[in-house]
Amino acid sequence: MSPEVISASAPVDTSKQPGRAESRARAARRRKAVVLVARVLLLVAVLGLWEALSRAKVIDPFNFSMPSKVWDQIYTWITHGTALGSLGEQIWVTLQEALLGWVIGVAAGVVFGIALGRIAFLADVLGPYIKVLNSIPRIVLAPIFVIWFGLGPSSKIASAVVLVFFPVFFNAFQGAREVDRNLVSNARILGASDRRVTLQVVIPSATSWIFTSLHVSFGFALIGAIVGEYIGATKGVGLLVAQSQGTFNAAGVYAAMVILAVVALVAEGLLTFAERRIFRWKATDSGH
Amino acid sequence: MSADTSPAIELRGASKTFRTPSGGLHTAVRGLDLTVGRGEFVAVVGPTGCGKSTTLTLVSGLEEPTEGEVLVAGAPVAGVGDKVGFVFQQDATFPWRTVLSNVMAGPRFRGVPKAEAKQKAREWLARVGLAAFEDRYPHQLSGGQRKRVALAATFVNDPEILLMDEPFSALDVQTRALMSDELLELWEGTGASVVFVTHDLEESIALADKVVVMTAGPATVKHIFDIDLPRPRKVESVRLEPRFIEIYREIWESLGEEVRITRERGAAHVA
Repeated sequence: MSPEVISASAPVDTSKQPGRAESRARAARRRKAVVLVARVLLLVAVLGLWEALSRAKVIDPFNFSMPSKVWDQIYTWITHGTALGSLGEQIWVTLQEALLGWVIGVAAGVVFGIALGRIAFLADVLGPYIKVLNSIPRIVLAPIFVIWFGLGPSSKIASAVVLVFFPVFFNAFQGAREVDRNLVSNARILGASDRRVTLQVVIPSATSWIFTSLHVSFGFALIGAIVGEYIGATKGVGLLVAQSQGTFNAAGVYAAMVILAVVALVAEGLLTFAERRIFRWKATDSGH
Repeated sequence: MSADTSPAIELRGASKTFRTPSGGLHTAVRGLDLTVGRGEFVAVVGPTGCGKSTTLTLVSGLEEPTEGEVLVAGAPVAGVGDKVGFVFQQDATFPWRTVLSNVMAGPRFRGVPKAEAKQKAREWLARVGLAAFEDRYPHQLSGGQRKRVALAATFVNDPEILLMDEPFSALDVQTRALMSDELLELWEGTGASVVFVTHDLEESIALADKVVVMTAGPATVKHIFDIDLPRPRKVESVRLEPRFIEIYREIWESLGEEVRITRERGAAHVA
């Protein structure tokens, strides 16, 4: 009896299933398209409104500029170079400073974070000082660094380092503290020394914490480099901002901002790519 | 010489007191006396939360007793020794290592050369039936498969003493019976002494030579029962034997009382 019942209902099911699945897929595709169109429309609307208001002199075009002028400025910088030299060179200088500051800040943050997370004595001794240092608004250190290290890249690197260090440090510290105690016990039972536990259990399980901070901190490194350049430099996108401001060139300031945004987005993309490679061991649904 | 004649594990009046986060003191085990002979399979049963797991951490060297002595092979325990294997209740496989690398971890930590560790790990993976899964990551396995990885990772170190803390409690009933049989098979070849903590009385009788009943916390030994069921055993069939049921009834009389005490305390806490 029962096999017949199943075979009788089966064709109904199979004829229904693909139709339903297809319509669901179609709905998902359509939703994606609608979201994309809405995004583009929003961008066009904002830029169009800005352009229109500025051209109609509702907002002051001298102060607020307009998208077409910003684009012209970027175009001129690309084709004719800036007052400081080619645009590529300015971006490269800023990027180098930010990258170097980021690498040093991340390395120091990870090393200190893991060390303090593992060694309770160090954490107890240094804890209050780190809190005090963290409460200083670190942007105000940038002028001091210019005084200390001069107009060259080292003062920018230094301000990038101080901005990057703290978020990375706190995440690495937290990551080292929150290691699954079962994993540590298991490693010790299996014969791991303290050093092995740190290298092969604590650091791998802290990496997901550290990576969250890497995303934010690259942005901070760029900010550090730009602010440093803005205060005093011989090259870089920050100096471009300062110069444009000095010559009342609002379009130049906006153009520099657009360039920075593109640089930051590309860096973010590279980081996400690296993260996917490193976290192959994680379930894909939690990897997002 | 004395190391050969002394029992595998000996606890003499061992007590363990923890400081609770609120600053109070919590005694998990008190005045515990227990001897486990060489090659013996001892199951420890008791009401939930009575301090059974603490007994294992004392033997393993992960924790030190507040009072009393813990001896392994006649020598007092000082830190984690290399004779001990421990299978934890929760998943303790390293999620960032592949299955093969997880099983290799123990020998590698102990300084075995890579090629040799890999060969030993492959042997044990084959024995637990996971040879085809060596490149997977733990999150790609089922709960039962992960437990098998944990067993292989423990046995690959050739432990003389095997401590198991409710290892199969997170598995479904069928997988559990299967894993129990596999554990018996793996263990019978090694001659290791086992302390198996569980709150499942059936599981303990089916597996063990000796069942130790603990009192409601702070835990101490209430009674020790010898299980005279013949080996090799199959968990599913041994359960149906009349002798098994007899033993079960006998032990439950002793254990049931402690469970009731724990339950009443819990009720008093709620009220």
